[in-house]
Amino acid sequence: MSNSKLTRRGLLKSGAVAGAGLAMPTLFTSNVWAGSHGGFTNAPSGGTVTLGFNVPQSGPYADEGADELRAYELAVEHLNGGGDGGMMTTFSSKALDGAGIFGHKVEFVTGDTQTKSDAARSSAKSMIEKDGAIMITGGSSSGVAVAVQALCQEAGVIFMAGLTHSNDTTGKDRKANGFRHFFNSYMSGAALAPVLKNAYGTDRKAYHLTADYNWGYTTEEAMRSSTEAMGWETVNAVKTPLTTTDFSSYIAPVLNSGADVLVLNHYGGNMVNSLTNAVQFGLRDKLINNKNFEIIVPLYSRLMAKGAGANVKGIFGSTNWHWSLQDEGSKAFVKSFGTKYGFPPSQAAHTVYCQTLLYADAVTRAQSFNPCAVVEALEGYDFDGLGNGPTHYRAEDHQCFKDVLVVKGKDNPENEFDLLEIVEVTPRAQVEYAPDHPMFAGGELGECNPGA
Amino acid sequence: MLGLNKRDTKFLLIVIALTAFTPFLMQPFAQGSAMAQFNGGYPDLMQRVAIFGIFAIGFNILFGLTGYLSFGHAAFLGVGSYSAVWMFKLLSMNIIPGIILAVIMSGIFALLIGYISLRRSGIYFSILTLAFAQMSYNLAYSVLTPLTNGETGLQIRLDDPRILDSDKASTLTNLFGMNMSSSYKLEVGSHLFTFNVGFYVCAVIAVIAFYISLRIFRSPFGLMLRAVKSNQQRMSYTGLNPRPYTLAAFVISGMYAGLAGGLLASMDPLAGAERMQWTVGGEVVIMTILGGAGTLLGPVLGAGVIKYLENIFSKINESILHSWFAFMPDGMEDFVVGVFSVFTGKGWHLTLGLLFMLVVTFLPGGLVEGGKRIMGLFRRKPKIDGDDTEHHPKKPPHVAE
Repeated sequence: MSNSKLTRRGLLKSGAVAGAGLAMPTLFTSNVWAGSHGGFTNAPSGGTVTLGFNVPQSGPYADEGADELRAYELAVEHLNGGGDGGMMTTFSSKALDGAGIFGHKVEFVTGDTQTKSDAARSSAKSMIEKDGAIMITGGSSSGVAVAVQALCQEAGVIFMAGLTHSNDTTGKDRKANGFRHFFNSYMSGAALAPVLKNAYGTDRKAYHLTADYNWGYTTEEAMRSSTEAMGWETVNAVKTPLTTTDFSSYIAPVLNSGADVLVLNHYGGNMVNSLTNAVQFGLRDKLINNKNFEIIVPLYSRLMAKGAGANVKGIFGSTNWHWSLQDEGSKAFVKSFGTKYGFPPSQAAHTVYCQTLLYADAVTRAQSFNPCAVVEALEGYDFDGLGNGPTHYRAEDHQCFKDVLVVKGKDNPENEFDLLEIVEVTPRAQVEYAPDHPMFAGGELGECNPGA
Repeated sequence: MLGLNKRDTKFLLIVIALTAFTPFLMQPFAQGSAMAQFNGGYPDLMQRVAIFGIFAIGFNILFGLTGYLSFGHAAFLGVGSYSAVWMFKLLSMNIIPGIILAVIMSGIFALLIGYISLRRSGIYFSILTLAFAQMSYNLAYSVLTPLTNGETGLQIRLDDPRILDSDKASTLTNLFGMNMSSSYKLEVGSHLFTFNVGFYVCAVIAVIAFYISLRIFRSPFGLMLRAVKSNQQRMSYTGLNPRPYTLAAFVISGMYAGLAGGLLASMDPLAGAERMQWTVGGEVVIMTILGGAGTLLGPVLGAGVIKYLENIFSKINESILHSWFAFMPDGMEDFVVGVFSVFTGKGWHLTLGLLFMLVVTFLPGGLVEGGKRIMGLFRRKPKIDGDDTEHHPKKPPHVAE
């Protein structure tokens, strides 16, 4: 069967074949991403430019992903001069003129991240390699955002993060080619603490349930440090797997722990289920240490409030943006989104719409699609009119600084979209931190990478 | 040549040619044409086809030869990826140390898991491997976070030690200075072909892996493995202990999986826990069966088809469908798009499921059998013992013979 006799001729032949095989790769040494003409990755040729929208279309965050995609399509329509222009009319920069980006008509490709780092990177890679996308945006999970951001840094394209709330995205995993408009865990903690102090006092015992991944950890850390600073005591913090759907076994021990506040560091479907379980256990009717038992959800969204139904009434949380805001930018965005789709946009839709506009604007101001020129145009940029008031893109970590909304589940909602009420608009100064704050330390932006 | 008979040498040369010309084969349509959507000749997809080809070739050594169905091979893929990324972080961005450690570590894991799981056979073995894969996934996902970086996945950082590298600023994987992402683009008319270093590295390794598997199939050891599949009891009565053989096959296929994992990390230096999820282990089972279990070329074909569907079909969204069917009247267009959108975009799994169902029902031997039947139509006299491109395990001779 196996004739493994070694002959001189056989050895020579085999050696030649193996040698040719090994030498083959050395024939190809120029860079794939330098293929185009502008000295940077995927320089647009012809009259069009392609953007890559990489959002979860399946998995636990599919609702957010679908809403993001709607906002992206709306942004492309507005950039190409269609529709009513949305927030382009209220944006403080007037560089955008409705003729695409810097004279190039905007086209887009979409991909499914599946809320998995691997799938998200594969999808982003195919957008860059196959479709020639010059900018990747999206993500509805911090793990995915961090992974795709690192990929874009290596490939030399710009990454405009979507819904990612973990400190790490612009903390220890920050990258020169990546930008985040959304707020983060630290800001949630800093904005919520004073409101909680007024509502529940300084002598409270908190119990944390935390989603067992990157975002959960940083949110728990932020909530603990800001509540402990005002005198609260943390009784216990328990991690729950992301795939949990029944939280009963995690809720029961809360009752016997002596805690009088439950902090749910959960998002999406997780939060809907854990909150529902907590309410079913009657936690909110309990009187512990002579105080009403309270529940807090650090990161809120309208889509989650909708899922949890009446259970969200009176529960505090923070959010990046809410459609009921009455500034000109928000009104214009809600109007054009509502006209097109028939319901108000979520905070995820808002942040990705802003990111697309901000990218287009930066390219136009820089007069170049070169990622390094775009980075320069965005760093330290001050703008207004995108629904969050005056906003600053910090150069040190590529994080946006703006007011943060503290919201509460509405007691008497008027319709199915009117679920949250804004309790306080925490001013930007109160949520700012140093770029090397301990919760964000350990990362460095590195150099911007234009590919080529 | 290389210890193969003439027929196998020809077969190997065909495989080498197919691999070398993949950039042409997967890019049949002109850029900018309506069919360009179906081009698959970009580096990421070609690399994945080669890598999952290796994964499936290795899996086939266990499943195709011994008949032991493991759902746990994703664990070895993950172990390989994590080992490789740790090598990139600690030693060098050169892929060689990473790949070597990936193969060694996955071999050790396979030995441990195989030693325990192989005490049982049939469905119990499958369930045991499934359990181990799920355990590995959970370990990687949360328990071993310092080692695996949990949900975020293990990544390269600028401040990693990388003690062998002189250029600490570069975080691109390379092979003695050749970047894996480097490519040469060839424009012929309106066609664009991409020759990528990473792909050719994967391709060379895949051909070597294929050659080793070919030798195993043709060896006395391979015959023993087939004996395990056809009748293990009879083998025991003959006085042979099947355990060492099955364990060896399990470890070899685990090392193949580790090699694939190491290569995945070499092409894209990130190791995530999802890579260890049992669904990935299920995917390689589907690849092998779709292509043809027990055949040499089948698993590679299956891997190619599934990766192609995953990457190309999943990107056909509704706006692309609308542009295709724009010529139809409005109501009809919406209806046709509605029907098609169920099977494309995020619904690509449905297409895969249908294809899998059809293949299993009508072509139990997989795509290879389909190819064989088509070949048979054009041949006057069917050969009795198959031809060069098909290597079904030969029917075991009857005891009385």
